[in-house]
Amino acid sequence: MATLAEPQAGSALDDFRAEVRSFLEANFPPSLKGKGNALASVEGPTRETPEMTAWRKAMGERGWGTPTWPKEYGGGGLSKAEARVLADEMARVGAWNPIGGMGVMMFGPTLLEYGSEEQKREHIPGITMGEVRWCQGYSEPNAGSDLANLQTFAADAGDHYVVNGQKTWTSGGQWADKCFCLVRTDKSDKHKGISFLLIDMTAPGVEVKPIKMISGMSPFCETFFTDVKVPKENLVGQEGQGWTIGKRLLQHERTNLSGGGSRLQMSGPSLADLAKKFVGEEDGKIADRDLRARIAKWEMDWRAFQLTAMRVMAESKAAGGVSEVSSILKTIGTKLGQERSELIIEIEGLQGLGWEGEGYSQEELNNVRAWLFGKATTIYGGSTEVQNNIIAKRILGMLDHQ
Amino acid sequence: MAVLSEEQTMLRDMARDWTSNESPVNAWRKVRDADDGAGFDASVYGEMAQMGWSGIVVPEAYGGSDFGWLSLGLVIEELGKTVTASPLAASALAASAIALGGSDEQKQKWLPGIASGEIVATLAVDEGPRHDPDAIKASVSGGKLSGAKAFVAEGDSAGLFVVAAADGLYLVAGDAAGVSRSRRHLTDFRSHAEVSFDSADADKLAGGGDDLLGKVLDRARVLAAAEMLGMAGQAFETTLAYLKQRVQFGQVLATFQALQHRMANLYSDIELMRSAVEAGLAAIDSGGDTRQAAILAKVKANEVGHLMSREMVQLHGGIGMTDEYDAGFYLKRMRVLEAMWGNTAALRDRFATLNGY
Ligand SMILES: Cc1cc2nc3c(=O)[nH]c(=O)nc-3n(C[C@H](O)[C@H](O)[C@H](O)COP(=O)(O)OP(=O)(O)OC[C@H]3O[C@@H](n4cnc5c(N)ncnc54)[C@H](O)[C@@H]3O)c2cc1C
Repeated sequence: MATLAEPQAGSALDDFRAEVRSFLEANFPPSLKGKGNALASVEGPTRETPEMTAWRKAMGERGWGTPTWPKEYGGGGLSKAEARVLADEMARVGAWNPIGGMGVMMFGPTLLEYGSEEQKREHIPGITMGEVRWCQGYSEPNAGSDLANLQTFAADAGDHYVVNGQKTWTSGGQWADKCFCLVRTDKSDKHKGISFLLIDMTAPGVEVKPIKMISGMSPFCETFFTDVKVPKENLVGQEGQGWTIGKRLLQHERTNLSGGGSRLQMSGPSLADLAKKFVGEEDGKIADRDLRARIAKWEMDWRAFQLTAMRVMAESKAAGGVSEVSSILKTIGTKLGQERSELIIEIEGLQGLGWEGEGYSQEELNNVRAWLFGKATTIYGGSTEVQNNIIAKRILGMLDHQ
Repeated sequence: MAVLSEEQTMLRDMARDWTSNESPVNAWRKVRDADDGAGFDASVYGEMAQMGWSGIVVPEAYGGSDFGWLSLGLVIEELGKTVTASPLAASALAASAIALGGSDEQKQKWLPGIASGEIVATLAVDEGPRHDPDAIKASVSGGKLSGAKAFVAEGDSAGLFVVAAADGLYLVAGDAAGVSRSRRHLTDFRSHAEVSFDSADADKLAGGGDDLLGKVLDRARVLAAAEMLGMAGQAFETTLAYLKQRVQFGQVLATFQALQHRMANLYSDIELMRSAVEAGLAAIDSGGDTRQAAILAKVKANEVGHLMSREMVQLHGGIGMTDEYDAGFYLKRMRVLEAMWGNTAALRDRFATLNGY
């Protein structure tokens, strides 16, 4: 009966909710509540306790670490509505997704779109189980913003390629099992000469050298390839199609990065509570009026940003394509993330600038690292300047002056 | 650039030669990597003292050169350019408190040692992580001082503290009974100790008028601003040089108008910052009311220094995020100076109050 369709859908979701609840009850140990680490992907493999391993396996086997990916490759096969229920229920009990990293955020979705059947069967399950770590081999010393200038060369040697060259800023390179790479297969055309290749980080001739960052962490590397043999099966799409596939992957990267700010926002106390603690109150208001006004401004900017993200989603769903407004999400989301960090540092005074040792809470020390590391968010994944160029040229139709 | 006397020009040039030859950023990197509590190289401070810098604001009668604040500011600015660590600013501030408020006996006892660089002296004012001179609780009774001071610059090595108590400023020797210190490690890797005073012998600075602390804090604000000016100016120069040589899209970055205008704005901002800092220094030398000039200097330094240190990282791209490169030093030290002696919000509020609105 048609009239029952709605309630049925509702009750199906209710059933699903019950299923999620009992799964969480059986598998999520309350001792892990809130222990998810937002910086895990840049800090490298945090030592996994047996409890954490069990939690990761439970989520991986169910496919719920990648809830909307197809079931046949190890994903959860959930609808968007179901995925939302899962997220809500997890948030309710303080559970976190133990499966992440570049494989989930960028590579998986791209391979699902462009990969061959064999490639999907080979690579996706390792990602959905959180067992195989991927890194991104895009940037080179002379190919940063101008990514298409990359020179790492993959020479055709019959059934395999021989790769030579250098990548840089390879996040997590020292911990990765595999690397999705942009390489040059043809020197005669800047864009059409690029191919998308999967390289095993343990292959002979691959070498990584970690680089220390201003935050004190060493999450990225220089990666060197010397006569590395890569089987032809590891080419994704066609030879010369790498630029198209690589850009698609960057869209996933940017979408995830703009969301990064929202995760930041949800953890820890609000700016207002922090300010009341450090600056004090007068009649229930933050004692420093200038700071109070700037916190209010930040909160309003943040809400406008969230509304925009929701509007973009709704619009693209209705139109069946990406909204042009989505191009600004990365630039604004990362800017607001940085502003929030700067405000925290300011509110806490010198206490907010602790490096290590006595006198600081773990949260204060984390905030300092997050402040410094956060400066990268407007640089990687397409810097703010380059994003603005794209907005000006592609959306606004403003031309190059030459 | 302010119009300098011949002596000041010579002093500035000497400081410039010395920092660029003897104390480039790499020298700071070594101190940072050594990571000891003092946060500076004592032999390097000895060299500075030899050149007479530790006595620049000390009266001649007590072993200094009485060269004045503009002169000291020129030196501090040069040191800021290469983020050279030294207790020069802290010692000068303590010396100025003694020169302004001390008896002849107190001056005789402490100033020559500060001027010669043998004694590192410092101010101990704030009791929490935010600058708030109205909230001082440390107190003295029967010549004994009790209280705790937070984030005291050079507090790890100081041989003399000028301590702000509820009823004025006091001198407490670093080795006095009842003084204990513990290191507070900040991102800038300089010395910021927590110092507690438990019935320590304290000697009041009885002169200098009602607002001795206020006058000293004005000097502290202006000196911090001078260091920030050096840092911002160098951050700008380094960034400009980088943009002129880094090639992307087959062109040097400096050809992109989006970056040209950013740099043009920063250049203009730094000019405003320079005027405000030099006016602050000159106001102290002229002996008049320094309150507004000091606030202006520190607020401009806070605003422009903040922006410039962020832009330095951003405009360098990935390389700006690496520890191997210098940008991080400017970012980390700038935020510490920004928080010291009054952040922008607090000082704006004070400025409005001083102007009756
Ligand atoms: C923390 C971090 C992690 C990273 N992880 C990875 C990774 O895992 N894999 C990977 O391949 N890469 C990674 N990157 C590299 C990143 O993608 C590059 O840093 C980025 O593309 C910028 O390139 P660049 O560093 O060479 O800067 P440059 O291209 O040299 O840019 C320098 C400055 O000039 C600006 N600029 C450049 N061109 C223009 C223009 N036409 N108009 C206006 N302004 C311009 C830039 O925005 C920037 O501010 C990472 C970077 C960081 C900081």
